Amino acid sequence: MEQQTGTFAVKKGLAQMLKGGVIMDVVTPAHAKIAEEAGACAVMALERVPADIRAQGGVARMSDPDLIQGIMETVSIPVMAKCRIGHFVEAQLLESLGVDYIDESEVLTPADEEHHIYKHDFKVPFVCGCRNLGEALRRIGEGAAMIRTKGEAGTGDVVEAVRHARTVLGEIRRLQNMPDEELMAYAKNIGAPFQLVKETKELGRMPVVNFAAGGVATPADAALMMQLGVDGVFVGSGIFKSGNPAKRASAIVKAVTHYNDPSVLVEVSRNLGEAMVGINVSGMADEDRIADRGW
Amino acid sequence: MKIGVLALQGDFEEHIGMLTQLGIQAEEVRLANQLDLLDGLIIPGGESTTIGKLAVDFGLLKPIQDFGQDHPIWGTCAGAILLSKETHRSQPLLGLMDITVERNAFGRQLDSFEADLEMGPPLDTSESSDPYHAIFIRAPIIESVQKDARALLTLPDGRIIAAQQRHLLATSFHPELTNDDRFHRYFVTLIEKPKA
Repeated sequence: MEQQTGTFAVKKGLAQMLKGGVIMDVVTPAHAKIAEEAGACAVMALERVPADIRAQGGVARMSDPDLIQGIMETVSIPVMAKCRIGHFVEAQLLESLGVDYIDESEVLTPADEEHHIYKHDFKVPFVCGCRNLGEALRRIGEGAAMIRTKGEAGTGDVVEAVRHARTVLGEIRRLQNMPDEELMAYAKNIGAPFQLVKETKELGRMPVVNFAAGGVATPADAALMMQLGVDGVFVGSGIFKSGNPAKRASAIVKAVTHYNDPSVLVEVSRNLGEAMVGINVSGMADEDRIADRGW
Repeated sequence: MKIGVLALQGDFEEHIGMLTQLGIQAEEVRLANQLDLLDGLIIPGGESTTIGKLAVDFGLLKPIQDFGQDHPIWGTCAGAILLSKETHRSQPLLGLMDITVERNAFGRQLDSFEADLEMGPPLDTSESSDPYHAIFIRAPIIESVQKDARALLTLPDGRIIAAQQRHLLATSFHPELTNDDRFHRYFVTLIEKPKA
C-alpha cells in the first residue's frame, strides 16, 4: 500500500479537524498545558505573545527550537509555530522539528517585504493571514492550506478582526452573484489566481479553512467572529494577558461551540476576572499596525 | 430518517454535507435534548480532548452513552477515540465500544497520509469494488478489539483502522473528507437494520 504524505488534502484536512475550535498562543509548556486542559484544539508556540512584542519592540523572530519542542512534548493536541514572512529557512527549521502547522505570520518582523514563502515546497502545512479575499487567495496560491483573517494582534480590540472577516466574507458573497464572464476581470482587480477565484465562487466559501485572529479577548468576541461566519478562532494575548487565563480560555472554547446560543454565552461570560487591558486600534499610529505587513 | 452529528468541535459540517447529499436529514447536536428523535449519531473528526471536555462540561457523556445502547453511533478519528474504552491517556471517553485505541499512532502531521484501501463485504458488496481512498490525519489505530467488537478493515500490516461492535462503528480515517460515500451508506444500513 502506497502512503502519500504531505499532500494538499492532508494539509487542508488537519485544518478541517480544527474547525469550531480555539487555537491559543502559548509561550511555555505550562501555558500549553493550561490551554489543552481548557479545551484548545491546538496551540501556537511563540517566544512572546503579540501584546509583549508590541510593548517591548525589537525584532520578533521564530522561537527557540527547544521551547517549541518542550511544548510538543507536553501536549497531545497539534502544535503550531510562527516563522517570519518570507523566512523560508525558519520554516525549514520548524518542519525539521516536526511541528504540525507553520504560521507565516505578520506578528513577527517580516524577513522579506516582497515575497512570501513558496509553501508548496514543504510537507508541513501553512496558515497565513489576510485582510481581504485577494490576499487570502494569493497565499493559497503559494500553498497555504489554512487562512486566518489578520485583525490587529496584541490589541484586545476586536474591531480589525471584524473588519477583515466582514471584508473577506462579503467579497465571497458578492463573488457568488457574479456571472462567470466577470471573474477574470475580478481576479485581475483583486490580484488573485483565476482558478482559485472560480473555485471560491463554486464552493461559496474559501477553498480552505478560515479562522479569525487578532483582537479576540472575550467569549462574546469569539462568538461574534463565529456568527460572522468564520470556521474558528485564534486567541493570542487575550488569554495569558488576562486575570484568570484557565477560566477565560475554557469560557472562550465554550463560546465558540455555542456561538449561536446567547443563554450559554451569558453563563460562560460570568466572573472571568480582568480582561486584557488592550489598546484602541482607532488611536493607533499607522506604523504600529501589524496587519499591513505582507501583501 | 434523521441523523445527528455531534457539533462540539471538528469537521461536523463535512459529515452533514455527505448526509445531505445522500438525501438524509442531518442535524447538529450540541446539547443533550437534541438527541431526542434521532435515529443515529456521528461523532466527527476533531480534537478528542476538546470534544471530550465539552461533552463533560455540557453533560453529554451519559445521554450519548444511553443513546448508544440502542441507536447506531459512528465515530471518525477523534470520534473513534471517544467511542473507545481505553486510549492509554487520561481523557474523558464514552467507553461504548470494546476497543483499545492508540492516539496519533502514525506520528505527527508530517506523517498524515492518503492511501488506497481494499474494500470488500460488508462495506462494499458490489462485484468489482473500487479501492477506497482514505485520508488519515494524525490518525489513531485500533490497537485491539475485545468481546464482540470485530475488525472491519485493516492495513496490509494487520493494523486495524475500522471496527464494528453490533450497531457501533469506528474508523480511524475520514470518509467525510472524500467524495466517496460508501461508509456513510454503510452506516445508514446499520440504522435501517431491525434491532437484534
